[in-house]
Amino acid sequence: MPPTPPVQPTPPEPTPPPMPSSLLSLEGATVRFGGRAVLDAVDLGVAEHEVVCVLGPSGSGKSTLLRAVAGLQPLDAGRVTLDGRDQSGVPAHKREVGLMFQDHQLFPQRDVAGNVAFGPRMRGASRAEQQARVGELLELVGLPGAARRSVAALSGGEQQRVALARALAPRPRLLMLDEPLGQLDRSLRERLVVELRELFGRLGTTVLAVTHDQGEAFALADRVVVMRDGRIAQSGTPLEVWQRPADAFVARFLGFDNVVEASVAGQAADTPWGKLPVPEDAPQGTRTVLVRPAGVRVVPADEGLRCTVTARTFRGTHVAVHLQPEDAPRLEAACALRAAPEVGAAVGVEFDAAEIVVLG
Amino acid sequence: MSITKKVSVLAVGLGMVGTLAACGSSSDDAGGSGSGGSKTVTLVSHDSWAASKDVIAAFEKESGYQVKVLEDGDAGQAVNKAILTKDNPQGDVFFGVDNTLLSRALDNGLFQPYEAKGSDQVRPEYRTDQDKHRVTPVDTGDICVNYDKAYFSKHGLTPPTSFDDLLKPEYKDLLVTENAGSSSPGLGFLLGTAAQYGDDGWEGYWKKLKANGVKVVDSWEQAYNEEFSGSAGGKKAKGDRPLVVSYASSPPVEVVYADPQPATAPTGVADGTCFRQVEYAGLLSNARNPEGGRALLDFLLSKSFQEDMPLNMFVYPVREGAQVPEVFSKFGPQAKDPQTLDPAKIAGNRDQWVKSWTSLVLK
Amino acid sequence: MTRPGKQAVRPARTARGSAVRLGLMAVPVAFFAVFFAYPVAAIVARGLDVDGVWRLGRIGDVLAQSDVQHVLWFTTWQALASTALTLLVALPGAYVFARFDFPGKQVLRAVVTVPFVLPTVVVGTAFLALVGRGGLLDELWGLRLDTTVWAILLAHVFFNYAVVVRTVGGLWAQLDPRQEEAARMLGASRLRAWRQVTLPALAPAVAAAALMVFLFTFTSFGVVQILGGPTFSTLEVEIYRQTSQVFDLSTAAVLTLVQFAAVAAVLAVHAWTVRRRESALRLVDAATTARRPRGAGQWALLTGVLGVIVVLLVLPLAVLVQRSLGASGFGYYRALTSEDGGAFLVPPIEAIGNSLQYAVAATAIAVVIGGLAAAALTRRDAGRFVRGFDALLMLPLGVSAVTVGFGFLIALDEPPLDLRSSWILVPLAQALVGVPFVVRTMLPVLRAVDGRLREAAAVLGASPWRVWREVDLPMVRRALLVAAGFAFAVSLGEFGATVFIARPDNPTLPVAVARLLGRPGDMNYGQAMALSTILMLVCAVALVVLERLRTDRSGEF
Repeated sequence: MPPTPPVQPTPPEPTPPPMPSSLLSLEGATVRFGGRAVLDAVDLGVAEHEVVCVLGPSGSGKSTLLRAVAGLQPLDAGRVTLDGRDQSGVPAHKREVGLMFQDHQLFPQRDVAGNVAFGPRMRGASRAEQQARVGELLELVGLPGAARRSVAALSGGEQQRVALARALAPRPRLLMLDEPLGQLDRSLRERLVVELRELFGRLGTTVLAVTHDQGEAFALADRVVVMRDGRIAQSGTPLEVWQRPADAFVARFLGFDNVVEASVAGQAADTPWGKLPVPEDAPQGTRTVLVRPAGVRVVPADEGLRCTVTARTFRGTHVAVHLQPEDAPRLEAACALRAAPEVGAAVGVEFDAAEIVVLG
Repeated sequence: MSITKKVSVLAVGLGMVGTLAACGSSSDDAGGSGSGGSKTVTLVSHDSWAASKDVIAAFEKESGYQVKVLEDGDAGQAVNKAILTKDNPQGDVFFGVDNTLLSRALDNGLFQPYEAKGSDQVRPEYRTDQDKHRVTPVDTGDICVNYDKAYFSKHGLTPPTSFDDLLKPEYKDLLVTENAGSSSPGLGFLLGTAAQYGDDGWEGYWKKLKANGVKVVDSWEQAYNEEFSGSAGGKKAKGDRPLVVSYASSPPVEVVYADPQPATAPTGVADGTCFRQVEYAGLLSNARNPEGGRALLDFLLSKSFQEDMPLNMFVYPVREGAQVPEVFSKFGPQAKDPQTLDPAKIAGNRDQWVKSWTSLVLK
Repeated sequence: MTRPGKQAVRPARTARGSAVRLGLMAVPVAFFAVFFAYPVAAIVARGLDVDGVWRLGRIGDVLAQSDVQHVLWFTTWQALASTALTLLVALPGAYVFARFDFPGKQVLRAVVTVPFVLPTVVVGTAFLALVGRGGLLDELWGLRLDTTVWAILLAHVFFNYAVVVRTVGGLWAQLDPRQEEAARMLGASRLRAWRQVTLPALAPAVAAAALMVFLFTFTSFGVVQILGGPTFSTLEVEIYRQTSQVFDLSTAAVLTLVQFAAVAAVLAVHAWTVRRRESALRLVDAATTARRPRGAGQWALLTGVLGVIVVLLVLPLAVLVQRSLGASGFGYYRALTSEDGGAFLVPPIEAIGNSLQYAVAATAIAVVIGGLAAAALTRRDAGRFVRGFDALLMLPLGVSAVTVGFGFLIALDEPPLDLRSSWILVPLAQALVGVPFVVRTMLPVLRAVDGRLREAAAVLGASPWRVWREVDLPMVRRALLVAAGFAFAVSLGEFGATVFIARPDNPTLPVAVARLLGRPGDMNYGQAMALSTILMLVCAVALVVLERLRTDRSGEF
């Protein structure tokens, strides 16, 4: 998956520092399975009305993070507070948080209305209230009139909407989503992510979501938290994370392949690809350097670094060209459709300082 | 798909044939198949049938017949099954119908006449059906109250000796007997009381026995192995009834089947509480090998078989002069004056007695 | 995971498919017709058909007797009470086996199944050590339950605990625990989440288990005789008494018909719940749902369940072992090998060999018949007739062994079917009991084989035969082994059917035990206990092996 620049419906704002007034905060939250720490002293805050997306590969501990907040997974150390109140000892059903499961976990024995009304019913809503709430929420998620349908007969997208309606119905203080769009096909996913973002903005819902898909995370979140091996690798607005990945792991996870070790001195970095220009304020010394594909310019063969074109992949807006230098790691370049060289062609490469980031 | 299934059916079918064939060959020596061969004589009996291998082998050698034995459930079942199959019997000779069921067998035409060799040697009191010779008496045994010697010596009590004794207050809550409706000794004990007290008196006796705390269980196994304090099982199960309705032969068996064998039997017999059972054999109507069947009946009355029986089936021979093993005569002498009932009398009253007994004692 | 709509549809072959299905069913149908329906019909007819005139009036006469009504009433209410009590005691056990990981779990699951496959003649008396005089309850509270109805009810729990643990626990282990978590996130307490989400999902399995327990307790024989004493009588006991003792075949025939009708009704409901059980639940790998208990509550639950198992199931079995050890240690076991044991022409130890031979033959028959039946029943488009057949296969579990035994005798008496004195009759009778277990084990597995796998294999060049060998067989092999193992254990412990059949003098283990128990004498009693212990161990080993083989989808048992 190529790194797609984040589509931000609202301009990014500077990262809010973790506030003591967070709706949710985790302090040193630790969960061990066997001897292994699946959550390793995680500190995280989510402010009221904020949409936070935890991004990480599978096994990074993000689902465990949700389960710990939900009260489904006891902490081995640290604590979870909601509205400033320590939640240790508060059972799952009294935390008033919602969780939308990865595969929805709709109750197969109940119809759509039965699923959506479940939460209000558990909280003692009257039959009329339940009914009203079901109507309201099905309207909200775009499934009016689906109340009597069997959940087994729903399409994937419809199931997702019912799961969302069910999670929202009891008005949770915090809504958590586990890979909310993971099972859907791409076009549906892209449409729904916009709908969700718009919906959460309208309702002012506080959301903590986890996903392994950075496109989804960037599209949904006010703030992205990247996790690796149970720890937080980076936290920031989508743009910050996109523009300045914290380290090689984050960069590669975001889909950047042109990442190498380099020694940076002044405005130049010494890399296997030769000396690369870096921005003025770049940190000095032995560093990891990221070259965005857009910063790799293909020039005639007799100029710059000499490479052979090994593959090209059409990406809609551009062509990704894979280049193999003689004695250096492979490079990926983003070329305009017309300018993309043929496979096997010998080309030269030059680098653009604006698209080069010195990490850390 | 369909071809797959066909092939699989074929494979499974072949497998089945193969398996059965293999089993058949491996079990031939154990069971054998078919009963029609004239050199095989088939004895149908109940589960208590037992005889020494060498005695059977001697008969086979002498007569030239192979003996095949079918065990067909408990005594009642075996008789009923024999009656059900009398038009096409499973074997040639049936052994194991006793005087309590004899009329059922005779009335249903189960047997054909044959006077076995040695019938004249049978003690007169066991001879029956003398005009037709449809059955041959083979063995006899007494159903009696047994007592736990240890209990009575420990409590300084004298064991009971008669039916009347059992009503005495010192024996309150000490006796366990079996359901007369489902157990052969239970029925025998009932018949003993009927013989002793007569048609008008036995019910009154049982009312008193009930008032004196008689306990009734369903089977001999439970009475003897669980409730009776004098048996091996009863000791382990903490049985607390020192009086049980069992057989006169039970004490010697307690000696024979103990390791090491004790000098005296741990249990004794209340001599005046006995009812005599006689077991008969007969040549089945429609037997396929009547000749062999006759030879087998002769054998059942022969001295060698009669003397072999006691330690195998714990019964006494009916043949005059047949020796009883010492352990038997020493620990389990036959009752001197047991109760007896005419088979015809039993036949006429058995079902009604059991019914009355059931509503009197069990309900 | 089978979902409707994901199965490959082959409309063009439907007609041919049903022909094949009928072909597959021919063997089991013939088997049941000849070895079950015909003998049972023959004995019932013998009771009601007098000189060519059907005396159907007997039905009314018999049913009008107050004794019979009393038996019917007792049979029904004790079965209902036993079923309720079994569910009450065993459902926590089903939960613990489904959701908790603890050391020795596999072995324990085998151990709780041992009573189910052992004959009452073997363990019924041992159960008295719990509820009888000087038993645990007596020692602790001076409470004696023998010859009370409580002894019958508790013994029914003892024998049927495994039915609930295996049937309900099997499904429970595969229910996605996140369903319950989803409910909890929506504000349901643990208990409420269980009631609202898990219980409805489990309901079909609970119903199926309850119906099986009802079936087994409704037809209870040995337990009622041994533990209930002569005052309690079930239909089964009464049928035995009328056939075996009183020899009133017409009363027996009427009672057989009544029991038959009741059992058929139970089985019809059972078939219906089983079909519902196979409906659209989303199941997950059972291995992923169990975890170590945590928190005081879960440990208390685990401890409580283990305590119940130890007291109710293990203790009686342990008593058996204890009684098999005499003053001279293993003396009774040594005596088993001696020739001069008067109860038999052969050393009692040979009963083990006999039992194994019979059980192998019975298993082979049960696996072939049951396997074919399961294959025929696999397809979801199976019609009404086929579904009825499913229930028919279970009928032998609900028909008195004495009826079948006597039926064999008068029905199978003409060549080529004169099997009355043949050794094969014993394994045939045992197979009748084994087939239902094979079918119930194989069916879910066969139904779960995704048709697309066969298509994938075919596209890769496999002939239909190779498809079966490479795709179907590996997937059902474990289930087949499990089915065979269960049929084997059931055959080994089978007593009722065996004892009502005429046999040459090569007794099976349970028959030998019964025979030894039928004689006085310390050595006879001790040997009976020793043989029982051996039988128990053989069954336990077979069941432990099964546990290792068990797949998630190994059906109900």
